[in-house]
Amino acid sequence: MTTAAPTADRAAAAAHLGRLERPALAGVLVRELINFRSYWKSTTFSSTVEPTIYLLAFGLGFGSLVSTVGGLPYVEFVGTGTVATAVLFASAFPAMFGTLVKYQYQRTYDAILAAPVDTEELVTAEAVFIAVRAGVYGCVPMLVAMLFGLEPSWGMFAVPFIAALAGFGWAGFGITIAAFLKSFENFSYVISAVLTPLFLVAGTFFPIDQLPEWAQVLAQFNPLYHCVQLVRDAVFGWAGWVDLGHAAVLVAFGLLTWRLAVWGMTRKLIT
Amino acid sequence: MLAIRMRGVVKRYGAITAVAGLDLEVPEGTCVGLLGPNGAGKSTTMKMLTAQAIADEGELEVLGCRLPGESKHARAQLGVVPQLDNLDIRLTVEHNLLVFTHLYRVPRGDRKAAIERALRLANLTERRDALVEELSGGMRRRLLIARALVHRPRLVLMDEPTVGLDPQVRQGLWALIDGLRADGVTILMSTHYIEEAERLADSVTIMAEGRAVAVGPPSELIRTHAGREAVEVYGPPPVLHEVEAASAAAGLRTRRTGTSVAVLSPNGGNGDVPDGHRRPANLEDVFVLLTGEEIT
Repeated sequence: MTTAAPTADRAAAAAHLGRLERPALAGVLVRELINFRSYWKSTTFSSTVEPTIYLLAFGLGFGSLVSTVGGLPYVEFVGTGTVATAVLFASAFPAMFGTLVKYQYQRTYDAILAAPVDTEELVTAEAVFIAVRAGVYGCVPMLVAMLFGLEPSWGMFAVPFIAALAGFGWAGFGITIAAFLKSFENFSYVISAVLTPLFLVAGTFFPIDQLPEWAQVLAQFNPLYHCVQLVRDAVFGWAGWVDLGHAAVLVAFGLLTWRLAVWGMTRKLIT
Repeated sequence: MLAIRMRGVVKRYGAITAVAGLDLEVPEGTCVGLLGPNGAGKSTTMKMLTAQAIADEGELEVLGCRLPGESKHARAQLGVVPQLDNLDIRLTVEHNLLVFTHLYRVPRGDRKAAIERALRLANLTERRDALVEELSGGMRRRLLIARALVHRPRLVLMDEPTVGLDPQVRQGLWALIDGLRADGVTILMSTHYIEEAERLADSVTIMAEGRAVAVGPPSELIRTHAGREAVEVYGPPPVLHEVEAASAAAGLRTRRTGTSVAVLSPNGGNGDVPDGHRRPANLEDVFVLLTGEEIT
């Protein structure tokens, strides 16, 4: 009798001959696309209307009290900032809730993993699909801001890609959270203790240089802040190396949460 | 050629040993029934065959692929009918199958024909546009089987394929599974329905506490373990106690059901045979004798 796959090697042993194969990724994406046709209206509504309400409330509400922030009309400042909010709403939340539903209640992942698809491919395809959606939904607040005077610029064409990059990271974050928490109720802790503070200190509604020093330092670790800055620079004018730094943070965030999500879901799905 | 070969497979979940040194062989082109009470390790065994559970010890080979390292190749050639429904309920029957033609890498040009064939096999052609959430339990189960067959697998794993269905629907599914068997598809089917195993399986492995306690064709297992016939004695509990005691004294084996005692191989003892209803021995007698558990 041989000894097969002790726990330390479990994830590796559960692997495969080919990694991240295109047919496997395509299979999972096709499933998402076909399913999306049945719920796109509600998802699109929730992912775009809420950030737009923030934009209108802050942009027009505060905008009547504050004319400019950092040299920008306030509605344009918020209009570009809420792109990151839309990305967060379109990626982290569906990733958390959708993943838990699919593995715990619908057992969809059991069915997929019985086919020639491994956990890495499953998680990657799920995150890519959410990222693409976030790339599209993220543009909505910017388009609404254009109705209120935001001038078009060539850099705006980069915004969907920035939103998708940030969305990939937040999708990985959401999947990781779902891999470790066992119920919807537990998500409240993450939303209240992690996502809400990050959302508020991202520079969306006010510049972070108004915050205490320690909060400004913490904001540097906030991927939403880097998304906000990159979007503003894309729209109002690139800032060179600084923007490469913002992009690098988003890439690092995406890679980190992707690997965590793969690890967490492998641990959850392969026993 | 063996479709499945397991040698000394052990699977533990913490302090619980779900599978405790299981040996299992499934020759190609046969239907093997994995029979056992709840908690015997059947579902864990099924999960190990798709590498969704990784064995702690032992050797596993599926369709010539060693698991878990080559599981992806093995999974491309097998179909799985799960115990619990995991269909996409907001999709139509046809879309559920379409998704799995992609997941199982059916070439683009063959997808339509594969879906038609699977629909026909499962007798769901008329319901192709129905949402899954509108289907009855029996139809959903047929769709699960169709989904597992959409890529023409060499091996099908069925985990309790008829559990929870009413007898009429169950009979219909048996006909479907029997048809697959006749077409030469290799099937490993876990069940705790004795009749299902007796009717469909060429060979049965009876599991108890994670081990195989008997292996062979149903008729052979019955002959070996329960003899040719049994006498079923009905009566109130005191009478049944007396029958059990008398049978034990006569060297006869008995098994208790809820309302009766079955005396096995009644002519093999050294005493009087109690009065009762004579019937052929069956796989249920073997099951209860070997596992000590009643069928639920």
